[in-house]
Amino acid sequence: MSAFWNAWVWAITLAVILGCSWLLLATRKSEPHKEATEETLGHSFDGIEEYDNPLPGWWFQMFVATVIFGIAYLGLYGLANVKGFYGWSSVGQYEEEMAHAEEVYKPVFAKYAAMSIEDLQSQPDGLKIGQRMFANNCSLCHGATGAGAHGFPNLTDGDWLYGGAPATIKQTIANGRQGAMPAWGPVLGEEGVRDVTSYVLSLSGAEHDADMAARGKQQFQALCTACHGADGKGTQALGAPNLTDNTWLYGGSFEQISHTIRTGRNGVMPAHKDLLSDDKITLIAAYVYSLSNK
Amino acid sequence: MIKHETIEKNIGLMILLIILVISGGGLAEIVPLFFANATTKPIEGLRTYTPLELEGRDIFIREGCYVCHSQQIRPFRAETERYGHYSTANEFVWEHPFLWGSKRTGPDLARVGGRYSNDWHRAHLFNPRDVVPESKMPAYPWLFENKLSGEDTAAKMRVLAKLGVPYTEEDASKAREQVEGKAEIDALVSYLQALGKTHSQYTNKR
Repeated sequence: MSAFWNAWVWAITLAVILGCSWLLLATRKSEPHKEATEETLGHSFDGIEEYDNPLPGWWFQMFVATVIFGIAYLGLYGLANVKGFYGWSSVGQYEEEMAHAEEVYKPVFAKYAAMSIEDLQSQPDGLKIGQRMFANNCSLCHGATGAGAHGFPNLTDGDWLYGGAPATIKQTIANGRQGAMPAWGPVLGEEGVRDVTSYVLSLSGAEHDADMAARGKQQFQALCTACHGADGKGTQALGAPNLTDNTWLYGGSFEQISHTIRTGRNGVMPAHKDLLSDDKITLIAAYVYSLSNK
Repeated sequence: MIKHETIEKNIGLMILLIILVISGGGLAEIVPLFFANATTKPIEGLRTYTPLELEGRDIFIREGCYVCHSQQIRPFRAETERYGHYSTANEFVWEHPFLWGSKRTGPDLARVGGRYSNDWHRAHLFNPRDVVPESKMPAYPWLFENKLSGEDTAAKMRVLAKLGVPYTEEDASKAREQVEGKAEIDALVSYLQALGKTHSQYTNKR
């Protein structure tokens, strides 16, 4: 705040305090008598009259007390550019709170940061901290229990899109993931989409039309194996799911699979390295690892 | 000396004296903010909303999102641990009107951008309980059907430019083509993903 506005704020604040004090004292001084009497102001409205009495003592003293409180408050907490006796500021209070938290929690996190994710599995308190942070940061998509939802992977079933090794889980949380299944509708045409869907259903032994699946197999070999592998078992390095099991991120019915093939899928796991410290990501990764490695 | 009786019987004089007394607070607390750098100068690197984000912001206002979601993180550890760096006045210089809100039924959204995927926002706005079973937020399925016409977008940008937002005439003239035909959900999600991402002065690590 510039010197002018600092002076402005001080001048008005002091003028208001002094003005109110003056008004109070001047009014009291002009009172005709010091004790309550039967005397009235002499006017009458619908028969209602008004006593001409001094301000009650308790009221006057309370007003004086508020003025003294105001001055003491300014002295302790300051005004505009002038710091008070306490040197208080809202940001200062916040930084103090953060420094205190750092002092208390840093050793806790440092203890776990020194351990590997495998070793953390035998640290119930560390996993509990991880669980709390999972609830705050991850449960909106993956669910409170980590069981996921349609389009958001289940973390408890031991089936991994990008791999379930401790270091991989940590990398997934820190850097995020960007799924990239292209839309094949324009390439395959509606009939082609239905044929490939039948073949994909056959991979996991689901009910399917054998003729359509046979036609779909050729298309699959040409278009899908680069990511999903010749056997349809997927490639974790690319996040391409295994199509031969019964785990379906976007649903395993004919309609759902054909929709996935037609329009593609681009699931995104947001990166958390700018949101959470490395120590915290390690504890969350340890908790996620524990969900499928009891 | 003016007598009590004189003031009481001259209503014009009484109004004048009352205004004099009660203006003290406003003059000392509000007026300096119109001239302070901290409140009038945008934070370094602040960018304006794109036309699509701007339309999303208007949908945010239309649907009353601000009634349950604030966009203002207070400087307490309990808030910054959850939401990121506390909000500062210079982040809101180009917000007309600001959407700080006054109450949180749902979480603060000041820095929600980038925290969840577009797919999550779409699923959540279509029916919040599909992804957060205990949620009490209403569903907004019509956002997926309504399309933006874009006919007012340029006019909105010109008005904002008059209020000091640095949109150029060129920005405004290109606005319609960027917006027309898009679904309302796309506009709203792009606005949500921009929240807290219009500058990069603060680290939100916790």
